[in-house]
Amino acid sequence: MVKLDFKIGDLHFKNPVLTASGTFGYGLEFDDFLDVSRLGGIVVKGITLEPREGNPSPRMAETPSGMLNAVGLQNKGIDYFEKNIYPDLALYKTNVIVNINGSYIDDYITLAGRIGKLKKISAIELNISCPNVRMGGMAFGTNEKSAREVTRAVRAVYQGKLIVKLSPNVTNIVDFARIAEEEGADSVSLINTLLGMSVDVKTMKPALSTITGGLSGPAIKPVALRMVWQVARALTIPVIGMGGIMNADDAIEFFLAGASAVQVGTASFIDPQASVKILEGIESYLVEKGFSDIRELIGLLNKVH
Amino acid sequence: MAKRIESLNITENKRLNKDFFILELSGKSKIPDMKPGQFVQVKIEGSPGTFLRRPISVHDVNYGQNTLKLLIQIAGKGTETLSRLQPGDILNIIYPLGNSFSLPPEGQNVLLAGGGCGIAPLLFLGKYLRSNGFQPDILLGFRNTERIIEFNDYKEIGKVFLTTEDGSQGEKGFVTQHPVLATSKYDRIYCCGPDPMMKAVAEYSSKNNIFCEVSLENLMGCGIGACLCCAVDTVRGNLCTCVDGPVFNTKDLKW
Ligand SMILES: Cc1cc2nc3c(=O)[nH]c(=O)nc-3n(C[C@H](O)[C@H](O)[C@H](O)COP(=O)(O)OP(=O)(O)OC[C@H]3O[C@@H](n4cnc5c(N)ncnc54)[C@H](O)[C@@H]3O)c2cc1C
Ligand SMILES: Cc1cc2nc3c(=O)[nH]c(=O)nc-3n(C[C@H](O)[C@H](O)[C@H](O)COP(=O)(O)O)c2cc1C
Ligand code: FES
Repeated sequence: MVKLDFKIGDLHFKNPVLTASGTFGYGLEFDDFLDVSRLGGIVVKGITLEPREGNPSPRMAETPSGMLNAVGLQNKGIDYFEKNIYPDLALYKTNVIVNINGSYIDDYITLAGRIGKLKKISAIELNISCPNVRMGGMAFGTNEKSAREVTRAVRAVYQGKLIVKLSPNVTNIVDFARIAEEEGADSVSLINTLLGMSVDVKTMKPALSTITGGLSGPAIKPVALRMVWQVARALTIPVIGMGGIMNADDAIEFFLAGASAVQVGTASFIDPQASVKILEGIESYLVEKGFSDIRELIGLLNKVH
Repeated sequence: MAKRIESLNITENKRLNKDFFILELSGKSKIPDMKPGQFVQVKIEGSPGTFLRRPISVHDVNYGQNTLKLLIQIAGKGTETLSRLQPGDILNIIYPLGNSFSLPPEGQNVLLAGGGCGIAPLLFLGKYLRSNGFQPDILLGFRNTERIIEFNDYKEIGKVFLTTEDGSQGEKGFVTQHPVLATSKYDRIYCCGPDPMMKAVAEYSSKNNIFCEVSLENLMGCGIGACLCCAVDTVRGNLCTCVDGPVFNTKDLKW
């Protein structure tokens, strides 16, 4: 038996495979396909204080080895979440992490306070990197001052584990990772989608209603991997890597580059069982290579080079 | 019915004309119960440019033989790749997905209206209506003779009326211009086809106070309600085409 568990502070994860926010619904959508409780954790879709209708359609476009989305954080708000979704999520025997979003710092503070009261939510993933909402979102994550302020504010009101999700749409992502660590984040996760666009030459119009949107999938993997490698070398808190992970080998690249855990995103659209298959693949890789603990793999790249 | 992901065998690939073909798939294990209007998400292998699955309606189901059929129009690289599948090949699908057309109250007069690849779900729906004691009429619209899809199967369900835009067969014009709409009184219209056609049928239905359901063809990321990429603007706010639809009452749509 290989050891797969990992920790963020004293929060235990039975394995390092999680699902990425916005790509796994509330987990419940996947119950027909896999035993969600086998995963190390799930990050549920982005939540806001008030209900949001999201952006008009078209909200997605297929691009070479990936997709653009402009969902715009459509969700029913925290009241609905507490009443109608949380009771089901509480039944999962794995870590449930809530991805929080806001337009103002006060939104984040209120949300964090309310999530803090939900006993079965293990952690908050602070999303300061959504490219699809005009106010807030990425604006927080691409400005050092506001990134610091929002992290500090949430840290002050939230006692659970705090994961800050970083935007790749910055010149130096390491600066933002350091800010998160300095302000008391327990972990950082990266990367969110890369800002991109696509044009339909038949109609001569943008493919997305919002013109620009977030790029995900294998197309972004090399960029994501590079950023995870840079951030992991600079920080002492655990780094959660994501971006284009489609199979176990992809995930292993992230571990070698220094990620303590990974999130599976877009891959779940093409194969709803991708996350558990990746988990199984990691396990057999470790056995094959003669490792007894995944920790031996983490950041190995830096030790060799 | 629980959704599942499964690899099925291609047992037949029948070419209907330049753009259309029918794939027959056979399950290794017993295929699940499906309802008319539901769809499958098809994984496309061997087409590097095709990253996501493609939604395709259930065209016909034969539980006895454990087979289902998909009627597909070549629209781009993904469907083109599917058109080259051979018996013996494997197709991975997620199914059954989405809601379904509703069953009319007893004794109602029903019309099925379809155009292009939108006629795909209507065969399954027609058979379902027949088995529930209804006698639907079928109104099919095509651009021209070349584009007509063989519709003998539909004749077994009910009376078939035909329009072509150039008048080369059947009545000339769009389905909404067919005289049968003036001579018969329908209580319900079920429609699937290109957006302009569905909008015209919706408008006709609303003017004449006829209950109308359409099956929408939005772009989809996942097909299972996880990505929210398939939003459709309704009187109840943004809904998912893949789980709240693809079938919608036209009264609910903000067209
Ligand atoms: C619920 C549902 C049921 C469907 N049922 C059928 C069916 O039974 N038979 C059938 O032939 N087609 C059906 N479609 C449409 C089918 O999914 C698309 O034609 C297909 O995805 C095109 O893929 P492609 O790779 O060949 O084309 P691409 O190269 O991706 O695109 C070619 C063109 O088709 C358009 N297109 C792409 N995806 C869709 C889409 N999802 N809906 C409409 N247009 C699209 C693009 O805008 C582009 O103009 C259905 C769609 C939905 C949402
Ligand atoms: C449709 C869609 C919706 C997303 N919604 C969110 C969200 O609400 N919050 C968030 O932090 N990230 C969101 N993301 C970003 C993913 O969590 C992930 O960071 C990104 O997709 C990169 O990983 P991938 O390439 O494996 O998908 C979304 C991504 C997609 C494709
Ligand atoms: S296609 Fe993903 S939610 Fe409908």
